[in-house]
Amino acid sequence: MARYIFWRLADSIPTVLLVLTLVFIAMRILPGDPAIAALGDNALPDQIAVFREKMGLNVPLWRQYLNFLHGVVTLDLGRSLISNTPVVNLLAHHLPYTIELTIAATLIGVTAGIPMGVLAATHRNRPADSAVRLYSLVGYAIPDFYLGALLLIVFSLNLGWFPINGGGDDFPSRMYHIVLPALTLAFLKSAFMGKLARTSLLEVFGKDYVRTARAKGAREGRVIYRHALRNAMLPLTTGLGMSLLATLSGSVAVELVFNRPGIGTLLISGISERDYAVIQGGVIVFALFVVVVNLMIDLLYIVVDPRIRVQ
Amino acid sequence: MTAPLLRIENLSVEFGPRANPIRVVDDVSFEIEAGGSVGVVGESGSGKSMTSLSILRLVPEPPGRISGGRILFDGADLLALPRNQMPDIRGRDVAMIFQEPMSSLNPVMTIGDQIGEAILLHQDLNSAQRRKRVLELLRLVGIPDPAGRIDAYPHQFSGGMRQRVMIAMAVACNPRLLIADEPTTALDVTIQAQVLALLKDVRQRLGTAILLISHDLGIIADSCERVVVMYAGRVVEEGDVRSIFRNPAHPYTRALLKSIPRLDDERDRLYQIPGSVPLAGSVTQGCAFRARCPLRVETCAVDRPPLFAFGPSHKAACWVTAEAAQARSAAEASP
Ligand SMILES: Nc1ncnc2c1ncn2[C@@H]1O[C@H](COP(=O)(O)OP(=O)(O)O)[C@@H](O)[C@H]1O
Ligand SMILES: [Mg+2]
Repeated sequence: MARYIFWRLADSIPTVLLVLTLVFIAMRILPGDPAIAALGDNALPDQIAVFREKMGLNVPLWRQYLNFLHGVVTLDLGRSLISNTPVVNLLAHHLPYTIELTIAATLIGVTAGIPMGVLAATHRNRPADSAVRLYSLVGYAIPDFYLGALLLIVFSLNLGWFPINGGGDDFPSRMYHIVLPALTLAFLKSAFMGKLARTSLLEVFGKDYVRTARAKGAREGRVIYRHALRNAMLPLTTGLGMSLLATLSGSVAVELVFNRPGIGTLLISGISERDYAVIQGGVIVFALFVVVVNLMIDLLYIVVDPRIRVQ
Repeated sequence: MTAPLLRIENLSVEFGPRANPIRVVDDVSFEIEAGGSVGVVGESGSGKSMTSLSILRLVPEPPGRISGGRILFDGADLLALPRNQMPDIRGRDVAMIFQEPMSSLNPVMTIGDQIGEAILLHQDLNSAQRRKRVLELLRLVGIPDPAGRIDAYPHQFSGGMRQRVMIAMAVACNPRLLIADEPTTALDVTIQAQVLALLKDVRQRLGTAILLISHDLGIIADSCERVVVMYAGRVVEEGDVRSIFRNPAHPYTRALLKSIPRLDDERDRLYQIPGSVPLAGSVTQGCAFRARCPLRVETCAVDRPPLFAFGPSHKAACWVTAEAAQARSAAEASP
């Protein structure tokens, strides 16, 4: 098992390298000349020269690539063109808000979704099942930003129960600020996890070992939680990974709606201000997020599936 | 005469909509003495599994349901028990093992935990005592190195070893009846023989009655005292093994006997019963076997044959052979 973990970790190094390379290429190819993109079409030639010098764009591409990798490793991603703050500092300030939102939304989504799935699967084709299915349908159908705006209008603007924007500073205020954005993201997540739990459980209920559990005298609760759900954890773990990745795109919209100072907001403002270094930093963080989530999910498999754990 | 351990009376199992049900087990009756061994034989689809699942009330519901009859265990009707009392019977009084040893064990639990659970559910032992008992059981069913294997997962066992684990789990609480639904069908021939020998051994040591389900009359002949032959959801013949083998009374049983492979067999191909089993529940009138029967007469299409007595403990449901037997005994009686 230790070997498996070691190899899985070692395995992610080329992935990270590949991801960084893609970011490098994308940043250099997609926006055309970053100097023109940043300074506008009317920029004077010497302005451009200064900019290129400052951004390290005057050396050959392979040097730029090595400099880029070196920068990532030494946590030097340049400075913001607008505020002149090191990009790493900006990321370090914004990242916790995105991470805590992701964690809060996932916790709520999973703890609400899985019991709903259990309820639906054990009451198949009865009212409880229909209710859960309707919930899932609505959860899929409502876009994040729309639901976020709706909650914001009702609970913050009209009722005044929650703050209108920002991310909060000390812990209690951060938890207070996170409620509505987390619920917004958790809605889709619980719909997704609930539907997945229902499908996976219904499949597991048909398995021979569930019949074996009943045949030895296990009561329904034990059959569901000890036998069925533990097996349904395999597809649910995969689903959790997909749902975490979906939160990434969701969090950009939700951070904008609630004006939270997360990575999504940073990235969007970087784009609108053509802040080249900030965009690059934000994209790197998002790309690494994907790699880390995949890694975590793979490690989680070890916990839930003994067939991977044992040899 | 003592009351039998298990007595199935007029059991019916239906599938599909209540308004237009498919009857896959149709008016089945037979019984098992305490410590006895009964084999149920029939081609696949003849309702053997549904009959045996009915005893524990494990017929998948929906789409299926037990639609009639009684199942008396120790004189009490299991079908009349409140649903929430069935778990107390399952595994403690009546245990069951299944055909697929690959899929019948939970892949994410150690076999020690799975056998231990059977004990935990019915007996008041602490975890150390349970573990000791699990080791005993593993030894009983012939798992080599029990202490080294108790914490292994099902995927680390071969098919035959998994079936041994299933048997250990089933006998964990010394049930009085063990139902084995095609326990060796998925196994290699040599492993089959070992598992059957183990079942016999368990029966002798623990005094457990065994209901052995198989589509192979040869297996039943080796392991059971009595045989129930099922066809299309109905019992067509029932008797002690010797009568069934020496004087099979139903044309279907005769055909089954012809299709048992023998070591001294000189035929190139095994005998195959012509035609195929009718769809479950499709025969509502007359004898279900008539379409494939070499002896059929007009009555067979009209009236369903009841079980006629062919001997003190031998019954079969065939108009033609019953009439012939009657004529013979009448001839013997008159000088
Ligand atoms: N889940 C099900 N839905 C509908 N019909 C079923 C189902 N399970 C079994 N049956 C029907 O019940 C009949 C008897 O099945 P079974 O008892 O498993 O036969 P056997 O064990 O003798 O092979 C089969 O012909 C099959 O068509
Ligand atoms: Mg069967």
